Amino acid sequence: MSYGEHAEGHDDHHNPTGWRRWLLSTNHKDIGTLYLIFAIVSGLIGGIFSGLMRAELMYPGMEFLPMLKGGDVTAAYHYFNVLITAHGLIMVFFMVMPALIGGFGNWFVPIMIGAPDMAFPRMNNISFWLLPVALGLLVLSTMFEGPPGQTGVGGGWTVYAPLSTSGQPGPAMDLAIFSLHVAGASSILGAINFICTIFNMRAPGMTLHKMPLFVWSVLVTVFLLLLALPVLAGAITMLLTDRNFGTAFFDASGGGDPRLYQHLFWFFGHPEVYILILPGFGIISHVVSTFSNKPIFGYLGMAYAMVAIGVVGFIVWAHHMFTVGMDVDTKAYFTAATMVIAVPTGIKIFSWLGTMWGGSIRFETPMLFALGMIFLFTIGGVTGVVLANAGVDTSMHDTYYVVAHFHYTMSMGALFSIYAGWYYWIGKMSGKPYPQLLSKLHFWFTFIGVNMIFFPQHFLGLAGMPRRIPDYPDAYAQWNFWSSVGYAVMAVGLVCFLIGMFVTLRSKQRVGNNQWGEAATTLEWTLSSPPPFHQFNELPRIK
Amino acid sequence: MVFKKTFLMIAAFVASFFTVALAAAQAQVPGLHYAKPGQLGFMEPASPIMEETVWFHDILLWGCILITIFVMLIMLYIMIKFNAKANPVPSKTTHNTLLEVVWTVVPVLILVGIAIPSFRQLYNQDVIPEADVTVKAIGNQWYWSYEYPDHPDIVFDANILSDEAAKAAGHPRLLGTDERVVVPVNKVIRLQATANDVIHAWTIPAFGAKIDAVPGVLNETWFKATKEGLYYGQCSELCGINHGFMPIMVEVVSQAKYEAWLIEAAERFASNDAPRGTQFAAAQSLTE
Repeated sequence: MSYGEHAEGHDDHHNPTGWRRWLLSTNHKDIGTLYLIFAIVSGLIGGIFSGLMRAELMYPGMEFLPMLKGGDVTAAYHYFNVLITAHGLIMVFFMVMPALIGGFGNWFVPIMIGAPDMAFPRMNNISFWLLPVALGLLVLSTMFEGPPGQTGVGGGWTVYAPLSTSGQPGPAMDLAIFSLHVAGASSILGAINFICTIFNMRAPGMTLHKMPLFVWSVLVTVFLLLLALPVLAGAITMLLTDRNFGTAFFDASGGGDPRLYQHLFWFFGHPEVYILILPGFGIISHVVSTFSNKPIFGYLGMAYAMVAIGVVGFIVWAHHMFTVGMDVDTKAYFTAATMVIAVPTGIKIFSWLGTMWGGSIRFETPMLFALGMIFLFTIGGVTGVVLANAGVDTSMHDTYYVVAHFHYTMSMGALFSIYAGWYYWIGKMSGKPYPQLLSKLHFWFTFIGVNMIFFPQHFLGLAGMPRRIPDYPDAYAQWNFWSSVGYAVMAVGLVCFLIGMFVTLRSKQRVGNNQWGEAATTLEWTLSSPPPFHQFNELPRIK
Repeated sequence: MVFKKTFLMIAAFVASFFTVALAAAQAQVPGLHYAKPGQLGFMEPASPIMEETVWFHDILLWGCILITIFVMLIMLYIMIKFNAKANPVPSKTTHNTLLEVVWTVVPVLILVGIAIPSFRQLYNQDVIPEADVTVKAIGNQWYWSYEYPDHPDIVFDANILSDEAAKAAGHPRLLGTDERVVVPVNKVIRLQATANDVIHAWTIPAFGAKIDAVPGVLNETWFKATKEGLYYGQCSELCGINHGFMPIMVEVVSQAKYEAWLIEAAERFASNDAPRGTQFAAAQSLTE
């Protein structure tokens, strides 16, 4: 190897310090930490946005947002649309993905497969640093004109044409599209890095069928990213050229079709929701196994269920479009294909139950979040089966029922997985224990809060309340009120999380190599807490 | 102020659950079809399609409840029976082929069971029977325009009423429009939808009809209203600043009243612009 002679002078790895350590970082753990910090910051921004939305929706009538907009009700209407758009984009691209894939993925995929680092450490660096740029562009978009006379993008996170082309001619939309381009480039680079790492850098003896499930989940996820994101990039590039260069991909008067955008968007968008949840599935598997003091039940079934979810996830996209005027046979196909996904998802739920069955369960905080996730994801799953039926979906489409459904899978599925992963690994990452009481308060406030927020939204949706409206007919007042109260409960949980985080980081206590006992079998528990700056200088051998 | 409102809200909510009197007070004006305060399920169906939707959804809902309770009971049993205190020595079981086959095959069977009525309902809903009346809804930012293609003089815009005007006219807030679509009861209405600027969606929840109004595309759906009265819906696709404020109002009347309305409407709306189709034809004949 040509690196050989060069490497001799590097026996003592120099550890950069100060800003160089972070800005120029090529260390997967440091980059993972950056991703986690970034995700927490974005999550707080996105969470504050949802708080503003719930504050406006607490009572019928426009009262709260006009106060922020100097009494201008039209500006408040648009501001509400800006909030829903930013909330969606931030939570998807700048919170869940950076936390699960960038954060935990970077930290633990190399360690779990016994690798010293990621395959392309410098590419890893640019993957991360593109993200703050993307978020910056999105923030910048709120200061430029969107629709005439208003600032910011109010097209929803799906930015459907023509609302995103002729509907919002100002530069805000161009900035938002560019933000998505940059975030997409970041994710594609990250995906390539993970694929190369997992395929090429596994320690001797670490066959694919011995890989920890979290690594499996990230592997499936990054394949979805690699295949789906270029389609999004193409679609939003076509938006850009429609807006600025006179093309008419999505403009019927020029021979295009607005529905083409929706097909392209959801061809990316549906795999995207599995991108958000699959790494969470991986984390939950580890947490459940560790705290049940048992190995995973049905390991191969679990791994291939994720592969199946990934594959089928690509052929169900038009169930987001049941009312756009598709052929009835097409609708029937997408109904059937969508329902198929319930099978591998069911396998995952039942295998987690099977892992716990006969176990010796300790209710540590990560396990509480895992149990919460399994139960709430089940609810999100069954409402997903309801929505899969094109005929029923006609009544549900674009109502709060959909909002309730995908927040049960995302806000409870993905977010609870992130919290479970956080408490599971924070001892490993920081070397310090999390506070018991605060973390449990965090769980209970969050669990009760999110259920109060989202369960009533099923009722609102069935009663016909449309999504994305800043004011609603008075009949919907009660459940909106309780939904907003739920937000306040959840916010208390969030405060517990943040205080708990600072308490952890300032703690004088230390945790040992393996905080969780003999069922925590993956390689990170063989290292010190926190792990050395470079681990596995000698590769571990897996038997 | 806010606290008082919050208190009133909680009181009204609790009361609506426990007092029949208040529930009666909240009952709707007869003939107005929209959601009731605190409602849990669908609106009262007013078309055969929506009745089938409600019937099928109720079956699905029971399935959802049973599956959720099943998972919950297993989890409770596990938490009680297999916690570290109750079961200090964990089993080492990691496989049970029969169990894994069962929890794959049973969901498949359940889904096949769902698919059969689902497809029947879908095809009932989507295959449009021969229509008695055709109405064309055109989405604009932010109001609906309507045309009756069989009656070229009937073409009008429906704009949202202000809160005061809606109250004066007896409509729920945000749902009343100045003009309304009028259709006969128990007749098949073909609803065509398109849009002039961005995508909107036309819906009346009580009919189970919802269809996107896409610029450059003529979409169709249908409904057969089985009860006379006023029905309300709201735009169901994000369409910009006033997306929440372009309601849809349909009045279902007897055939006789409908015919009378046709004559009255043709006169009243005659001064409005001709339908776009006619305009287009006129423009064409000019250029020829």
